[in-house]
Amino acid sequence: MMGFSRPQLVALAVMIAVIVAAPFAAYPVFLMKVMCFALFACAFNLLIGYVGLLSFGHAAYFGMGCYVSAYAAKSWGLSAELCVILGFATGAALGAVFGAIAIKRQGIYFSMITLALAQMVYFFATQAAFTGGEDGIQQVPRAPVLGFISMQNDLAIYALVAVVFLGGFLLIHRIIHSPFGQVLKAIRENEPRAISLGYRVNDYKLMAFVLSTGIAGAAGGLKSLVFGIATLTDVTWQASGEIVLTTLLGGLGTVFGPVIGAVIINTLEFYLAPFGSWVTVTQGVIFVACVMAFRRGVVGELGARIKVAL
Amino acid sequence: MELSRRALLGTTAAVATAAATGATTPARAQGKPVIKIGVLNDASGPYRDTGGKSSFICTQQAVEEFASHLNGYTVEVIYGDHQNKPDVGAGLARQWYDRDGVDMILDVPTSSVALAVAGVAKEKNKCHVNIGAATADLTGKACAPSIVHWSYDTYMLAKSTGGATVKAGGDTWFFITADYAFGQQLQRDTTSFVTAAHGKVLGAAPYPFPSTTDFSSFLLQAQGSGAKVLGLCNAGGDTVNSIKQAKEFGLEMKIAAMLMFITDVNALGLETAQGLRLTESFYWDLNDGTRAFTNRVKPKTPDNWPNMIHAGCYASTLHFLKAINKIGPTAAKAAGSNIVDAMKSIPTEDDCFGKGSIRQDGLALFPSYLFEVKKPSESKGKWDYYKTVVTTPAAEAWRPLSEGGCYFIKS
Repeated sequence: MMGFSRPQLVALAVMIAVIVAAPFAAYPVFLMKVMCFALFACAFNLLIGYVGLLSFGHAAYFGMGCYVSAYAAKSWGLSAELCVILGFATGAALGAVFGAIAIKRQGIYFSMITLALAQMVYFFATQAAFTGGEDGIQQVPRAPVLGFISMQNDLAIYALVAVVFLGGFLLIHRIIHSPFGQVLKAIRENEPRAISLGYRVNDYKLMAFVLSTGIAGAAGGLKSLVFGIATLTDVTWQASGEIVLTTLLGGLGTVFGPVIGAVIINTLEFYLAPFGSWVTVTQGVIFVACVMAFRRGVVGELGARIKVAL
Repeated sequence: MELSRRALLGTTAAVATAAATGATTPARAQGKPVIKIGVLNDASGPYRDTGGKSSFICTQQAVEEFASHLNGYTVEVIYGDHQNKPDVGAGLARQWYDRDGVDMILDVPTSSVALAVAGVAKEKNKCHVNIGAATADLTGKACAPSIVHWSYDTYMLAKSTGGATVKAGGDTWFFITADYAFGQQLQRDTTSFVTAAHGKVLGAAPYPFPSTTDFSSFLLQAQGSGAKVLGLCNAGGDTVNSIKQAKEFGLEMKIAAMLMFITDVNALGLETAQGLRLTESFYWDLNDGTRAFTNRVKPKTPDNWPNMIHAGCYASTLHFLKAINKIGPTAAKAAGSNIVDAMKSIPTEDDCFGKGSIRQDGLALFPSYLFEVKKPSESKGKWDYYKTVVTTPAAEAWRPLSEGGCYFIKS
């Protein structure tokens, strides 16, 4: 079904069950944050895991999605679903421009260009009037869905986040397992051969890039609605780095890897927060351990051991 | 799949443990309700000395001293670091109010974070007593029935330091400003006092906060402007850095540090800081009460003596507990505005600020003091840094109630 293998279907069922049950056991706002970052990591994984493009500036799309969605909810009073769609549109539009420039180069040069462009977005965010500079956009209302379904209750907005997360997750899964996705994987494996087979490689790459940045923007838009705030934290290069770490830790090129990565990283941050800089120290150690000992990430190693693709 | 299920089980187990620990608190509380105070400030960045751990220590001091008066409840104090990031602060505040049963969030320096936390407090009608942030908006545009602002604000600083500097002949100004809510508002408020006294502002150099440590280019701009006074609209480590660098450059301007604490003077040393004028509402050597308080907390924070933020944490916690005594823990848990209404209805009295009151918009009213930093030869001992120049009485030090623009104040 939809390209899901049996083990993947089981894993999906478990994930949905956990999403449904979790808010009754854990703090919903924390879970929503995990889902926002999980969606962001899935979007990032679409590029690096399936096209082999390491974008080192994905926070730019996530962060701008945050800002635009927050601004729309606060200043224009738009409803929640429109804010998230606007977040998607912002990410996609920015991705179309940046992607068109960046895919002209490969490998490290591609990464550096995306990083440079993301830094431009960061400086734009510190200076532009609508982002509120260092203060960010604060006190963003939790806009009602369709204009009348109130999101004030944590569980109501949790449902919205869960639906968008699952929607994005399934969309990415569908993309990967479509003929389009097969071409992406061909490009990842051997770009010259894909060209020789007659595929217009750059068009495919750009399309994947725009899809990825759009979903990242939607994740950002969701986050600003949940927390009622959009700030510089989400456009910094550190945020870009963290999403690379998240995806790597979970497992590059696995469907569930980024989700597990987001759970691990956010849980660490949440429980280590009282110890200040120990968060970054621990993340560093984990990163090194992951690269040295289990390069396929948690889910990748797991899949290899039980011989299924998760 | 087994392992992944195990991982999931692990997560669920962790979650369950968290839920269980959460559940034990109310169970224990069935005997006696727990009033929880969360001290939230910058534990590692530029404001770690002006607030930081010492704020937490002074809050605990107040709780210990008040312990024998607690009327049918116990008090717990927790501590958090907001890293000067509004999203971290707002996230933690939300979690404390929602999940951890915190009844009052205290301190919260950095105006951008303070406004974000105030927004959460307002939305949830939970008590927030702000000490460390300067923005006068907390009792103005961003005011709420559950918020109290204690110790100082931008208006009071601008009036005291700014007004006195213009009077002393400093009529042309250049500002170096931390580019966020606090710096911008302090610059705006100071500008209005400068122009009202027929002074002139020749320019301003806003810099990105909190990542700037090199102020040389801004100091050169200031030098080039030809102004007589350099107004520093920043705080903590930033102020210390900019004054040190100004001295190294041999800057020939009079420096008006618009917000400076005794902890900053200590960091600079009297050799560099001598002659600076600054405003605080508390100094440890003001009178018998302040000295007694300082002697009590000194052993707990020997390298960082209390400034007006630490004193504010102590005094406001005492007053907060008096208010809880008055209304009882049940009413206090029900709504933050209940607590703050009680805090407004009783006069404040403590060792640090003497007698005072909290105004309708949530602003605590005390006299403000313009201090001058002593010369090294005048200082008789450790932390003997200030001499009082002007005392502004409580009635004149603060922004008039009608000018704040607080929505529930009927003019």
